[in-house]
Amino acid sequence: MTTSSFNLAHLLRGTFRQGIHPPDNKQFTAARPIERLPFPPELILPLSQHAGKPSVSLVRKGQEVVRGEPIAKADGFMSVPLHAPATGEIADIRLMPSARGPMVESIVLKVYPGDPQEILFGTEVDVDAMDPREIPGAIQDTGLVGLGGAAFPTHVKLSVPEGHSIHTVLINGCECEPFLTTDHRLMIEQAADLVKGTKILMRALGAERGIIGTEDNKLDAVEAIQKVLRPEDGIEVKAVQTKYPQGAEKMLATSLLGIEIPSGQLPYTVGLGVFNVATTTQIGQLLPMKRGVIERVVTVTGPGVERPGNYLVPIGTPIRFLLEKLGFEGTARHLIMGGPMMGGTVSSLDTPITKGCGGLLLLEEHQLTSEEQMHRYPCIQCGACVEACPIRLNPCELGRLANKARYETMAERFHLMDCFECGSCSYVCPAAIPLVQYFRVAKSSLRERRAAG
Amino acid sequence: MSAPTLKTSPHLRGMKSVDVIMRNVVYALIPVSLFSVLQFGLSALALILVCTTVCIGTEHFFCLRAGRETTVADWSAAITGLLMALVLPPGFPLWMAAVASFVAIALGKQIFGGLGFNLFNPALIGRAFAQAAFTVPITTWTPGMAHRRFMEFIPTTLTPPFLQPDMEAFQAWVTGLKLDGYSGATPLAMMKFDRFETDTLELFLGTIASSAGESSALLILLGGGYLAWRKMLNWRIPTAVLGSAFVLSAVFYLQDSTVYPSPFFTLCSGGLMLGAVFMATDMVSSPVTPGGLWIYGILIGVMTVIIRLFGGLNEGVMYAILLGNAATPLINNLTQPKIYGAVKKRKEVKA
Repeated sequence: MTTSSFNLAHLLRGTFRQGIHPPDNKQFTAARPIERLPFPPELILPLSQHAGKPSVSLVRKGQEVVRGEPIAKADGFMSVPLHAPATGEIADIRLMPSARGPMVESIVLKVYPGDPQEILFGTEVDVDAMDPREIPGAIQDTGLVGLGGAAFPTHVKLSVPEGHSIHTVLINGCECEPFLTTDHRLMIEQAADLVKGTKILMRALGAERGIIGTEDNKLDAVEAIQKVLRPEDGIEVKAVQTKYPQGAEKMLATSLLGIEIPSGQLPYTVGLGVFNVATTTQIGQLLPMKRGVIERVVTVTGPGVERPGNYLVPIGTPIRFLLEKLGFEGTARHLIMGGPMMGGTVSSLDTPITKGCGGLLLLEEHQLTSEEQMHRYPCIQCGACVEACPIRLNPCELGRLANKARYETMAERFHLMDCFECGSCSYVCPAAIPLVQYFRVAKSSLRERRAAG
Repeated sequence: MSAPTLKTSPHLRGMKSVDVIMRNVVYALIPVSLFSVLQFGLSALALILVCTTVCIGTEHFFCLRAGRETTVADWSAAITGLLMALVLPPGFPLWMAAVASFVAIALGKQIFGGLGFNLFNPALIGRAFAQAAFTVPITTWTPGMAHRRFMEFIPTTLTPPFLQPDMEAFQAWVTGLKLDGYSGATPLAMMKFDRFETDTLELFLGTIASSAGESSALLILLGGGYLAWRKMLNWRIPTAVLGSAFVLSAVFYLQDSTVYPSPFFTLCSGGLMLGAVFMATDMVSSPVTPGGLWIYGILIGVMTVIIRLFGGLNEGVMYAILLGNAATPLINNLTQPKIYGAVKKRKEVKA
């Protein structure tokens, strides 16, 4: 599945300007069908697994819960409920490590061993008969958030501000992060649910057009989706060039439609709704049953993992359990949640898989980068970062200003706030300058200053 | 299982580090260097060795003095040394070459803080110094392919330190070579002062009198092509320099071909090719923005032609590049890329 050889079809496909081509490393898991793992003895369910306000717990210590039962409710509009991923007993509600770093309030659920783990919750509804205005509420009830990693509550994207209308729904199946293959497998194995979900989203937004976009290293997924599409669906599936960060919504909008989402604006301003493949597939599965999100597919991979693959696991499964079940070589000291370009490392093996986490990547130091690659040099102004940045910022200048802590200038003159931290600049930098990290620090410092007024 | 370590994304890095890029530039300069040794023999070899050694030694010395880890391992001092040797006449006295190399690293690079901070191309600072200080030797050209070039040095090469080269001995040596039609001038000088235009093919292949490494346009292009292919050289710069020089000289040539040289001659003669491919492209002293690279390249190409055609000097590449270097911060400033989804800023009206 390399795209390095000359390929005319590839060159004719849509793409965005600039970007990078890291080795995709998807060969470990791309051909492995989704497999369900046994239930772990204990699940850790953070009340905040999404962007927005944390959910409010509905359970108390010692309470028995049934798989699929709501255990926390949404706290207002910018929030979602949480459902029990397994039948068992609430062991505790306490602070536990999270993927983002800080300890967060989490429900600890002791899973009953030997329970059949049937989902007893949910009622069948005819989605086609549903009033489009009811769909956002129904989606909020499922607890769905962007499963591609951003974990932004899905129903919020469905409430388009007045004066705007959505003409096209884009379903993002690029999965441009190296190593990850969950979206790829979902498109192949659950294409019918994906299409069903796309139609629900189109109905909810009143869009005439749906486009499922993926990179051209996943043409088998394009074929699988084409098989279940009917002409009256108004949905097409398109392959774009394999290039990082193709899966960023701005990049995909440009690659598929040739339009740019204006700086500082959301896709709805140009009539687009963009949703991830895994999210859409879950809508297709959950909404007709009125159920909640209780599990997700995670790619567990890396050269050190003995049985790499795509696994269906309950939300809340601790990393420790995955590693013990799947086996690994080495010290497992470098654990990445998500992909290698934008994912974060975790400090504790008790960190659970949350809704937004599509990958667990295990790398050893020497598999990351060699000695020479890590050697820090001064910036030689080669301009590699300027030619890599998909937003066409000037990371070189931004880096220099960051060194002098001139954060205001970075934002005002050099568009710092448009950076979405894809990591392309740091990837290409021959001087190994941690540019993205500089920008994160600059942004958070600016946010603090602005908050302080 | 020990405690996991924390790192920030991205967790992957590309393969090209600074030393890899610099090492490949050295590789790309090898054919040109070998050709100059083939053409000028022992003298060229000694010149290359002296310049490279002095440059690396100076870099090392300054790092030690500054109490820093030595930076010679990044290969950038080696590039300066090689380029320094390649832009000097092959019979240039070695002690003068050593002084020029010291100046290149000391005043062209270390004074600014070393790699990444220099405003100008260090080798050209060394060359500019030599041009001012050693006027006669730097305009003394020797014929290539002398039959005893691997047995003896060009007489000027071994001039004792702090002495001027013995020009009479040099002239006797040239006469002894019994060359037909040799005037001791470079094609550019012959063009400027005698209106004699050397055959462009000869220039392209490099069988003429010149600086040690400026002779073969073909080998320079090969080296540059390799670097551009490995994406270690920005193709926009040589394209802009050579393209603008070609166009501008074509305009003059078409007006009066008896006075002005042909554009092909302009491209292949003197240091333009070496300058455009290996010196103007120095990453540190050239702009970073795609638009800026074009402006910078065109500026250098145009200035080169103007200096050559109207100046008192027959060669203008060096000053053109140094001026281009000087303009780089301003060019960077004026050519910030237009960002994705740029929105026009409304002019804020002061209340």
